[in-house]
Amino acid sequence: MYEFNYRRASSVFDAVSSSDQSDDASYLAGGMTLIPVLKFRLAAPSDVIDLAGLTELKGIRTENGAVAIGAMTTHAEVAGSAEVRQAIPALADLAESIGDPQVRNRGTIGGSIANADPAADYPAAVVGLGATVHTNSRTIGADDFFTDMFETALEPGELVTAVSFPVPDRAAYMKFPNPASRYAIVGVMVSQSGGGVRVAVTGAGGSVFRVAEMEQALAANFAPEAVAGASVSAEGLNEDLHASPEYRAHLVTVMAKRAVAAAG
Amino acid sequence: MDTGIGAAVTRKEDFRFLTGQGNYTDDIARPGQAHAVFVRSVVAHANLRSVNTVAASAMPGVVAVFTGDDLEGVGGVPCGFAPDGGPMNEPPRPVLAQGKVRFVGDMIAMVVAETAEQARDAAEAVDVDYDELPAVVSMEAAQAEGAPTLHDLDDNSCFSWGIGDAEATDAAFAKADHVTTLELVNNRKCPNAIEPRAAIGEYDPAHDSYTLFTTSQNPHVIRLLMGAFVLGIPEHKLRVVSPDVGGGFGSKIPHYPEEIAVTWAGKQVGRPVKWTAERAESFLSDTHGRDHITRVELACTSDGEFLGLRVHTQANMGAYLSTFGPLIPTYLYGTLLAGVYTTPAIRCEVDGVFTNTAPVDAERGAGRPEATFLLERVVETAARELGIDPVELRRRNFIASDAFPYQTPVIVQYDSGNYEQVLDRAAELADYAGFAQRREEAKGRGRLRGLGFAGYIEACGMAPSNIAGIIGARAGLFEAAQVRVHPTGSVSVYTGSHSHGQGHETTFAQIVSDRLGIPFENVDVVHGDTDQIPFGMGTYGSRSLAVGGSAIFRALDKIIAKGKKIAAHTLEAGESDIDFESGEFRVRGTDKSVGFGDIALSAYVPHNYPLEELEPGLDEGAFYDPANFTFPAGCHICEVEVDPETGTTQIVNWNAVDDFGKIVNPMIVDGQVHGGIAHGVGQAMLENCAYDEESGQLLSGSLTDYCIPRADDLPSFHIETTETPCPHNPLGVKGCGEAGAIAAPAALINAITDAIGVAHVDMPATPEKVWAALQSAQGE
Repeated sequence: MYEFNYRRASSVFDAVSSSDQSDDASYLAGGMTLIPVLKFRLAAPSDVIDLAGLTELKGIRTENGAVAIGAMTTHAEVAGSAEVRQAIPALADLAESIGDPQVRNRGTIGGSIANADPAADYPAAVVGLGATVHTNSRTIGADDFFTDMFETALEPGELVTAVSFPVPDRAAYMKFPNPASRYAIVGVMVSQSGGGVRVAVTGAGGSVFRVAEMEQALAANFAPEAVAGASVSAEGLNEDLHASPEYRAHLVTVMAKRAVAAAG
Repeated sequence: MDTGIGAAVTRKEDFRFLTGQGNYTDDIARPGQAHAVFVRSVVAHANLRSVNTVAASAMPGVVAVFTGDDLEGVGGVPCGFAPDGGPMNEPPRPVLAQGKVRFVGDMIAMVVAETAEQARDAAEAVDVDYDELPAVVSMEAAQAEGAPTLHDLDDNSCFSWGIGDAEATDAAFAKADHVTTLELVNNRKCPNAIEPRAAIGEYDPAHDSYTLFTTSQNPHVIRLLMGAFVLGIPEHKLRVVSPDVGGGFGSKIPHYPEEIAVTWAGKQVGRPVKWTAERAESFLSDTHGRDHITRVELACTSDGEFLGLRVHTQANMGAYLSTFGPLIPTYLYGTLLAGVYTTPAIRCEVDGVFTNTAPVDAERGAGRPEATFLLERVVETAARELGIDPVELRRRNFIASDAFPYQTPVIVQYDSGNYEQVLDRAAELADYAGFAQRREEAKGRGRLRGLGFAGYIEACGMAPSNIAGIIGARAGLFEAAQVRVHPTGSVSVYTGSHSHGQGHETTFAQIVSDRLGIPFENVDVVHGDTDQIPFGMGTYGSRSLAVGGSAIFRALDKIIAKGKKIAAHTLEAGESDIDFESGEFRVRGTDKSVGFGDIALSAYVPHNYPLEELEPGLDEGAFYDPANFTFPAGCHICEVEVDPETGTTQIVNWNAVDDFGKIVNPMIVDGQVHGGIAHGVGQAMLENCAYDEESGQLLSGSLTDYCIPRADDLPSFHIETTETPCPHNPLGVKGCGEAGAIAAPAALINAITDAIGVAHVDMPATPEKVWAALQSAQGE
């Protein structure tokens, strides 16, 4: 690890001001990505601003047909929340499938989406459920938030404060995990609310994406067979030791089909 | 509570391990110690134009920076084995690069600083100017016409070695009705001990002596190799301590350049120098395992009698020869190709090849998993091709239980076994008869169910030193033990075996408790320190109990014999009339007796003692050189279900019956088998040590990319043992540490190929590979 200034933020305002006054600050949420990256010396922020003390960023509230989750809420808290389980079981399932118990007890929803790992699970929830991301200065719609691999619409210093998920009529998340990291090789969130269907895919591409062909097919007929014949092109999908683009493309169809079946 | 031989005693050592009180090398802080970090090559193959250390030397806290130039004249890292029967290219392996680097992770410079973090900062400031050369990662690329050569040699060949009668094998193939052929990859693995390697080197000018603390499976071997062959330090001036060690799996057998560097530097800087690997460094620089490409052919009659076996293997040695690198794919491999069968003619040829990858050495099983994999794959495939039930085909070719000792056509002579009994019991445990029904039921759920067998044999308890010498080992392979009975009758056992997870402190104490009739708690086992232990060859190849345990047994014989002499004097009887049983020396046919504790006290307070004939004290040592290898064998049956849509394999049943001879602690044996199966499942399904073909970068360099098995990857195992005692060691034991890792890969791949109806899937059989195999099978 390179040396950095450690600051413990006392409020969201304090965190953002500290960031503004630093040369190159990083917010520290659960640290499940930042700490390894620092230890590998792959990042050298001038300041690390620890958000751990910000109780205002923690907690889960259901109001106005949406579940609002504070940015510093851990995956384990989301997975274990009776409110989430009752309102959007797919979201609780997704949180429960992240990493391992250590990661789930440290990692946070805000940290995960701000990091925008192409294989993270939460981006599929944000886009697949049509969530709204709240920051210290504005709200950002799901479809505008993730811009590229590890890139988001967040401005420098902008801090995610909460994510609110509208309660869908039905939804399910199906994940084909990387056997080593347990990130998603392919993860598909399917939801239906009112007339709208969303199919969001994480793990397969450079960033989470929606599959219009599947959404249209499901809007007409919300059944597994509706997506069984639909597929995404392998071109441009991720390739690594664990899966080729062709295999990922195949898994998108299989996971989508299974998600629809699970959503019932 | 019974704590003797055969009792499932809980492990003594676990209290300190589970309460965080273990003492690992990294836990040791020597007074005034400095910290070392190595600058490692970031490219796979390059000449070094320059290594500039000026800036690094001026960094805060830096004590010294060393490069290959500073170590000129220090011997290279030695190799401990050259297979007989042909020349072997043995290019030098410098401790720090001498003008050239040959794999990503090769050591270029060493930075010593006040703290590890300062050393890391300074290591980044060492400026290495690489003149990059094309890298060869695969054996195919390394052997291609005009391939770049790693060393000052004509090509990248290390050796070409063969075993068995080629003519007889050709003749067998000429008369065969059927030949089954397979091309197999035995995938490269990273052993991944939970404790990374570490070392502390220290020089004491007052006594002109050195101490090396290191994470080794065999500290005496390190003392010999480093003292005699590298640094020129005689044994009495070099102490090697290998304290608690968190797993080895073979990767802590070899002598590593880091051990030399810290020992040498300790004297240079006049302070202890400590190095601890990071996990990423372990991936790059620990020895890797396996990495074979093999073509195997089995010649049979139409009714399935094996006539001949022909094997050609290319074995990746990596960039340099590690200590036992050349042993693994030769004598630990070719000699096991008879398996449990009567195949009369066997010919195996192996080409050792240098590539721009980390050196390859032993990994749990070391040669024997590779042999078992090809043999059990080809046998299972032959059964399918011939339309003979795989159980029946094996049965037709088993070495009969009354045929021992059995001379194989590949040098070794099996001592004992009953392979039919093992297979029968395993098939019963697995409900083989009910498999067809389970397969049908699975089909109804959209799952493809398959079942695979692996019979195996392994050669453990290595090794008779005279045979080791003939085949090319540069050391003896006996074991030493000292049994020190203290005046009050408690016992310290000093063993040359080294425990790094095996539970020797428990097992060896059970042997002593059993034979001396004293409480288990009164026995402590000491290992891992060349200043305390008379001698030792260490722990690998499932040898500790068979060889190290036998040495303890022999030392106990001497203790009992001397005790009888003392007792005869005490009890005023003839020595030949004294029996020793359950801790009592008794005059046969009388009620006169004396306890072991009283005899121990007499030995140290010899007031009433035959001093004219007998020395005081009760402290005996033994060196045990085995008469033969031991030959554990077994049968593992794996049952899987494959999801045809994704190619995901779930292991649904694992049944195994192993014959380890006599068993000292069945709980520890179960643990060894469980761990071994996990290891083998890891190789067969999950673990893939991969380098980029072009750049030579390690692609699987972290635990987020390299998949080691976890609990949820495995089923509950159903395991049993049978027992044909080893006839040539006093305990009748054979060894159990590697069995699971040897049997599992073949059982699992046999099950997967059975499930999906294809001839072969290469390891690791990842979901994508299984899915792709299904796709191509459906396309046909």
